[in-house]
Formats: sequence, C-alpha cells, structure tokens
Amino acid sequence: MNPFDPVLPMNPMNYVVLASILFSIGAAAVLLRRNAIIAFMGVELMLNASNLVFVAFSRSLNQVTGQVFAFLVMVVAAAEVVVGLAIIVAVFRSRQSISLDEPAEMKG
Amino acid sequence: MPEWVLFWTVGPIMVAASLTLLFARKAVHVAAGIVVVMVGLAAFYIQMEAPFLGLVQIIVYTGAVMMLFLFVLMLVGVDQRESLKETISAQRWIAFFGAAGFATLVSTTVLRVTIPHGSLTATNNAGNPNVVANEIFSNFVLVMEILGLLLITAAVGAIVLTQVPKLAPPRTQRVRSEERVKHHLNPVNKPMPGVYARHNALDIPALGPDGKAIESSVSRVLKARHQAKDGTQWRAGIEDKEAGDA
Repeated sequence: MNPFDPVLPMNPMNYVVLASILFSIGAAAVLLRRNAIIAFMGVELMLNASNLVFVAFSRSLNQVTGQVFAFLVMVVAAAEVVVGLAIIVAVFRSRQSISLDEPAEMKG
Repeated sequence: MPEWVLFWTVGPIMVAASLTLLFARKAVHVAAGIVVVMVGLAAFYIQMEAPFLGLVQIIVYTGAVMMLFLFVLMLVGVDQRESLKETISAQRWIAFFGAAGFATLVSTTVLRVTIPHGSLTATNNAGNPNVVANEIFSNFVLVMEILGLLLITAAVGAIVLTQVPKLAPPRTQRVRSEERVKHHLNPVNKPMPGVYARHNALDIPALGPDGKAIESSVSRVLKARHQAKDGTQWRAGIEDKEAGDA
C-alpha cells in the first residue's frame, strides 16, 4: 500500500522505530554522561519513548487501554523525577558535586 | 494535513533535539532539547487521536517536570564541569554500540511486522477524555489509588531528602553581638556599603570617619565576581583634596 496516502493512518511501526531511536539515545546518555542531571534526563527520554509506543499501539489496536498505561507511566515518572532530583540536591549538598563518577572514585 | 507530513517533519526535529543529550556541553541546552522532544511527542499524541494525553504531556512534562529540572540546575550550579576521564575503559564505545545495536535490532525486527492500521475515531465519539476517564475509574481504579499513594509518598520523600537537619541552635543576632563584645571586636554592625562615600552604591566601600575606605563593608559575593570597586581611588581623591586644602 502507499505509505504516503493522505487519508489512511500511517503504519504504526514508524512510530515504534522512532521510539526505539529515542530510547537508545536516552540509554546512551545514561551510560555516557557524567552529569547526574543529564543522565536523569536520559531516563526521562526513555520513559517518553515507551509512552509513544503505548499510544501508537493504542490507536492501531483500537483500544484506549494503551493511553491509560501511558498516563500511568507519566504519573510514575513525575513521582520519580521529584525523588530523583531531591536525591541529586542532597548529594550536591554533601559533596558539592553532581558527577556520577565521583562516588565510584571515592570507593577506592 | 496527511499524517506522514507531520511525522516526517516533527520526527527528525525530535531526533535532532534529543541528540543534545549526547553532544551538548551545558545541561541547560540539554534541557531545552528535551523540551523540544516533549512538545513533539505531544503533537504526535494529538495526531494519534489521544488529545488528552497530548495536553497532559505538555502540562506535566514541559510545564512541570522540565521546569523542575531547570530549578535544580539553578540550585546546583549551571556551570558544573563534566570530567571526561573514563573510569571504565572503552565505556564510550560499549555504550555507543549497545545503543546503536538496540535501535537497529528493534527497528529491523519491527519493520517486518504488520499490524492493523486501526483508528480510534469511533471510540473517541464520546470525547477522548471521557473514554480515558471511564477506563481509569472502572478497570484501573485500584492502580489509580495506589498511584495517589505513590505521589504523596514521593512528595514527602522529597521534603525529607532535601531537609537540612538542625545540628545546633541557630546563632541569633544577640548571640553574635555578645560574641563580638567578648572578643573585643567592633561591637556595632558593619557599615553599609556606600555610606559617606561619593556614590551611594553597593559596590563602593563605606568611608570611615578618618576618610579611609572600609573594605569589609562590600559584600564578598561582589568581590568574588570582581564587580566591587577598589576603595583606593575614592580614598586617594579625599586625601588629595585634604592635601590641597592644607
């Protein structure tokens, strides 16, 4: 079928491929960056990529449940951000740095 | 507008903006890039017949979460240098190939699958928020309540984590002034900057009764930023004038 049809919905797999690209960029950021805040934003990007997949499948399977799941993921992500940023602030208070490598260096 | 136009314009913008996560030096630029990604995702949600989620995405992510990130960036210092030393050897390449391999694996697998190109138009007849709310408050009501507990716990946890414990009673003004008297220091408060100086400004030290600049009257923050004026030029002017009078 024509992928550029103006009326029919797009192949939902396009969204899944985009989400996998975003997910791997976020994962690479978590693995590579030393700044705790940037690594944390990578985690947020990974969560959002999974949300995109949920919504894409929700439409293609004609069920709202996927949207509900995406909503629940958003709530959990919001709670996670609050606690994570509080931990970053507490760590910064005690060592004046938010580098992710420093705790490893201190271990020995 | 056909859907593929939106996808092929917003999609590459999102990927380019998310690449700031890997290549931008400053955390503020990364945050701006992630905001672009979030807005793009909201556009996709609205396009994919989930307008409620699209608006929640904008309100919660770009409005609340990313602003929280920016607040914390301001708190912990924007110019934190990132060390580029590798503690695990070849970690950069492992991460790069791991991420690229995952993306390739998922993309090539997923593109061979065909699933129905469904549409939610009929389901959304009653309004998309109504449909989602019906689902949440019927089948997922227990999950919803647990999430409420989770949110309250997270808020309390954030307060507990960021609270500074009081190890000693606070040093009040009275305690400090009594200490000054006990140690034979200047018993009165420091003069405000700019007092009796030529300009009544924060960056100019106050002049004492002897016409000398009192350096300690300028805030040390201004000195650290090199924004404070040196007192010498003002003192020199007064002394020269006195010398001329004599």
